[in-house]
Amino acid sequence: MAHNRDGRCLSLGLMLMLGAVLMFGANAALAGAPKRGGILTYMIPADGGPSLDGHRETTFAVLHATAPFYSVLIRVNPDNPSSTTDFQCDLCTEMPQPTDNGLTYRFKIRKGVKFHDGSPLTAQDVAASWNKIVHPQPGVASARESNFVMVDSITAPDDETVVFKLKFATLTFVPALADPYAYIYSKKKLDQDMHWYEKNIMGSGPFKLTEYQVGQSIKGERNPDYYHPGQPYLDGFVAIFAPKQSVRTDAIRADRAALEFRSLPPSARDQLVRELHDKITVQESDWNCGNVVTPNHQKKPFDDVRVRQALFLAIDQWKGAQALSKIAIIKTVGGIVFPGSPLAATKEELQKLIGYGPDIEAARAEARRLLREAGQEHLEFELLNRNVDQPYKIVGTWLVDEWSKVGLKVSQKVVPTGPWLDAMRSGDFTVALEANCQNVVNPIADVGRWLPHDVQRENYGFFSDPEMVEIHDRMLRETDVDKARILMRKFETRINQQAHQLMVTYWYRIVPMRSYVKGWKISPSHYLNQDLANIWLDK
Amino acid sequence: MYRYIIKRVLLVIPTLIGAAALVFVLMRLIPGDVCVVRLGSSGGTFDPKAIALCHAELGMDRPLVVQFIDFVWGIMRFDFGTSMWSGNPVTTEIWARLPISLEIAILATVIAIAIAIPLGAVSAVKQNTWIDLVVRLFAVGGTATPSFWLGLVSLLIVLNVTSAVFGTPWMPPIEYVPIWQDPIHNLSMALLPAVTVGYRYAAVSMRMTRSAMLEVMQEDYIRTARAKGLINKLIINRHALKNALLPVVTLIGIEFAFLIGGLVVTEQVFNLNGVGRLFVQAVQNQDYTLTQALVMLTVIIFVISNLLVDLLYAWLDPRIRYA
Amino acid sequence: MVSTTAHTIVAEELAPLPRSRLRRWLAFLIHEPLGALGIVLVLAMATTGTFAELIAPYSPTANDFGAMMEAPSWSHLLGTDQFGRDLLSRIVYGARTAMIVGLSSALVGGTCGLVLGVGSAYFGGRTDLVMQRIFDILMAFPLIIMALAVVAIFGTGVHNVIVAITIPLVPRCARVVRASALAIREIPYVDAARALGFGHLRIILFHMVPNVMAPFLIMVTAFVGQAILAEASLSYLGLGVQEPVPAWGLMLQGGAEEFATSAPWIAIFPGVAIVLSVLGINLFGDALRDTLDPKLRKR
Repeated sequence: MAHNRDGRCLSLGLMLMLGAVLMFGANAALAGAPKRGGILTYMIPADGGPSLDGHRETTFAVLHATAPFYSVLIRVNPDNPSSTTDFQCDLCTEMPQPTDNGLTYRFKIRKGVKFHDGSPLTAQDVAASWNKIVHPQPGVASARESNFVMVDSITAPDDETVVFKLKFATLTFVPALADPYAYIYSKKKLDQDMHWYEKNIMGSGPFKLTEYQVGQSIKGERNPDYYHPGQPYLDGFVAIFAPKQSVRTDAIRADRAALEFRSLPPSARDQLVRELHDKITVQESDWNCGNVVTPNHQKKPFDDVRVRQALFLAIDQWKGAQALSKIAIIKTVGGIVFPGSPLAATKEELQKLIGYGPDIEAARAEARRLLREAGQEHLEFELLNRNVDQPYKIVGTWLVDEWSKVGLKVSQKVVPTGPWLDAMRSGDFTVALEANCQNVVNPIADVGRWLPHDVQRENYGFFSDPEMVEIHDRMLRETDVDKARILMRKFETRINQQAHQLMVTYWYRIVPMRSYVKGWKISPSHYLNQDLANIWLDK
Repeated sequence: MYRYIIKRVLLVIPTLIGAAALVFVLMRLIPGDVCVVRLGSSGGTFDPKAIALCHAELGMDRPLVVQFIDFVWGIMRFDFGTSMWSGNPVTTEIWARLPISLEIAILATVIAIAIAIPLGAVSAVKQNTWIDLVVRLFAVGGTATPSFWLGLVSLLIVLNVTSAVFGTPWMPPIEYVPIWQDPIHNLSMALLPAVTVGYRYAAVSMRMTRSAMLEVMQEDYIRTARAKGLINKLIINRHALKNALLPVVTLIGIEFAFLIGGLVVTEQVFNLNGVGRLFVQAVQNQDYTLTQALVMLTVIIFVISNLLVDLLYAWLDPRIRYA
Repeated sequence: MVSTTAHTIVAEELAPLPRSRLRRWLAFLIHEPLGALGIVLVLAMATTGTFAELIAPYSPTANDFGAMMEAPSWSHLLGTDQFGRDLLSRIVYGARTAMIVGLSSALVGGTCGLVLGVGSAYFGGRTDLVMQRIFDILMAFPLIIMALAVVAIFGTGVHNVIVAITIPLVPRCARVVRASALAIREIPYVDAARALGFGHLRIILFHMVPNVMAPFLIMVTAFVGQAILAEASLSYLGLGVQEPVPAWGLMLQGGAEEFATSAPWIAIFPGVAIVLSVLGINLFGDALRDTLDPKLRKR
């Protein structure tokens, strides 16, 4: 893995021509040589995004529309994006080894990279962009600032070097750095106006913007000066905003568009494959997203740990996930860590936890006993849910039915996104179905969302648990993977035994596409690998 | 006449102010706001600091009264501000979506008139025959069918039929191109939604044409014309239909304003980037400025079409004018 | 000729009042076949909704993961949905939800409209002018905003959907009622009643309201159909009744669209149920109008 990373960067950076030829040779033997040309039409399953500035936004609609125009410092390996640990250079020449006991990272920046307006891209631009993300000026919004608590300073001592100095060594730094939203902007533009990139697009990525029609489509053409040799293969792309899922399925069926990159439900996949056979190729992957059941600890009787445990014990995750996978973008049962990560619980470890037991009848008997003990056999409550079909409402409908099997009477309160978030933030709910969706798989950082409300303001369980905070803090400063794994188990068990919150079924990404689309590989997140540079059309 | 017009126009002002106040209050009664939706909708964690910053940026931390005065003062200067979601001027957002919505509205109206008036007239003339029954059933069917369901089913039929006949399924394009650039592309996109919306519209107009015709045919002058021995066809065309059209025109005018409402769901079904979809989007994003502007636009269209109909009436019927 | 006489004789043997009613009904059926069809459809819906427990073969809400998206068969006459729930049972129970939503929105909206409309016409002057402007605002105001606000503030569910649908019905009914009431107000007997010293409430309730009953009933009937359609549209936008309550509009949303091609029965049958019941109500309403409206009855 390390070998792969270094080898690739070396070939791209130094032995430019020879390396590229060798790489292509290897690729060609496997998948056929990429063909150049053609326009890719794909759909973005959303209405037009808010601003165009990736640094400040969190919705994937922005990323799917703008990633092809930008470069980043490092990224998940586009040829191996399903790995949770394979990161490689985009603008840097080589993944650096940290020095200074893991406190200093020194990146060499590629020479000769140009922005689309012709101006050169240097280490100054990289440092300016990263400072905007990590240490934004007052009045500048940065959505992921809190991911970089470990960063002390970012500087560019010369035009080819960027230095990150950390406050403490941690395993979370490199994955955080591979944030796909961390576009490299022009320092000149930022100096003129920190908000310039909210309304404008001007990067150094594989494609140049040709047209942006508000709410309708965004179009790009090949950047002839792109630095990854041979890429991009496409002449250009057209991205159409299409929020309605049935329209998207129909559009792929009638070849109005080749694919969408987020996910379609299993029914759409089955239908497309049944009808179009080999004209459709499907890529699937576990998704670094899932739903979370959050009881409000401040509301009676959910302040009682027995009631919360009963709530989780009643759910047959194993059978439910299997059945729901036929109708919803859901498949794998997992704990708080993405199932593909080395830090995730194994199936044996999971089955020891509350709500994951292999014997559902026993679990439900236990749930009934706990409810009796707590005097809550006839408990009725409302599940707060979000007005989104896939998979929120499906999961919610399933949970209501599961809970009815231990005598709980549950109704769903489904509200639009704004009121849903507001009810959770203000604590105005009894039990909520939340989402947990992260981009780059970065387990120690990702599980920060489970921390109690006094540390993580956006945890809606409203509980306090100093032991959890202590374990997480040790984990954050741990640099040995095996030791981190042990701490992670402790952390997970703590959440589970206290029945603070429960992860129910990981989402499952299903991307059916026209078979002429080649080169793109699915990853555990719809945020990753979206610059389209490696996509080509076999028409 | 002028006095009547002035009086009628002045009455529009309280309606507009009332609607402005109503939308302002209603939007703010909805829990949550645009900043929360913007940062939290993706399900990831976010920084509460970013929300405070967003509020300040959008001026949402100002007192409500100040915000309301700002909004009304803006309307008076025809300045609707910028969208809280995208940061673009509200007018830009609306202009970008207007062509497709307008095109479908006009197309649907044309389809509706082309179906409604002849069928409605025939139905009235052949009252209580089987032709009348069939036409009435067809018309009532139009008022009983949810337009989004009709859209869904017709799209399904188009896909399945083309798939069976040509081997490859076909559906209308999903990207809008202006009619002067590529008329075929444009019309193949707009036709199906227009028919879906137009059916209900036609049904309502058809019923109106029929009952108006029946009423007019009872009038003395038609009987006189018949007694004079004028042939039936001439009576129907020259006298009855012409006079029956007045209420039909009224209805078409009022329904045109309601069409926007019909488009809200239809545009979703066909992925049309129109004003209706923008409306749903703005409301769901809790984009106050954009929603307010869109509501005001709808209210203005409604009020103006009502005004025009009233004035048309006054012009056609002197009794109203001088009352 | 002979048979007609025989009929008359048989009919005459019955009490005189029912005879004329029976005859009127028979005449109605012959002259208004569409109205008759409407009555049949409305009765079918009402029966289904009332006796849902007896008619539905399965529970409308129980998930059955062993029978997901099954095509219509003898065990599931209309097939099953994505949760394995029997579609027929959900449609049968859905009739009840439709009746609750349709009738309560129409009755509440209609009654409020009736009171406001008659009141506005009776008091006239400034009161009337202010009421008119308020109706203007409410009528011009898009339903979806109102519905979203109601749903977002109070949450979704049958009751809130009814509130959301009722509000826009009020001004529409008030408008029509006001127009009829204005005409009645001009009739001397209202003045006479006032001269006799009757109170406002009494005059409104006993003298004006009965005289606007015909347009009122026609309106309310039409409202039932409109309310069912509005519920479907709201559900389509995700703002209506919520799972797992069986409701037709809800059944068309989400799942129906998603599975429209692979399991078309999920999308088609609830839609057919909506069309048939609203068709029935509207046909019935038309016939009612023809019967109640004296101007039309003359013909």
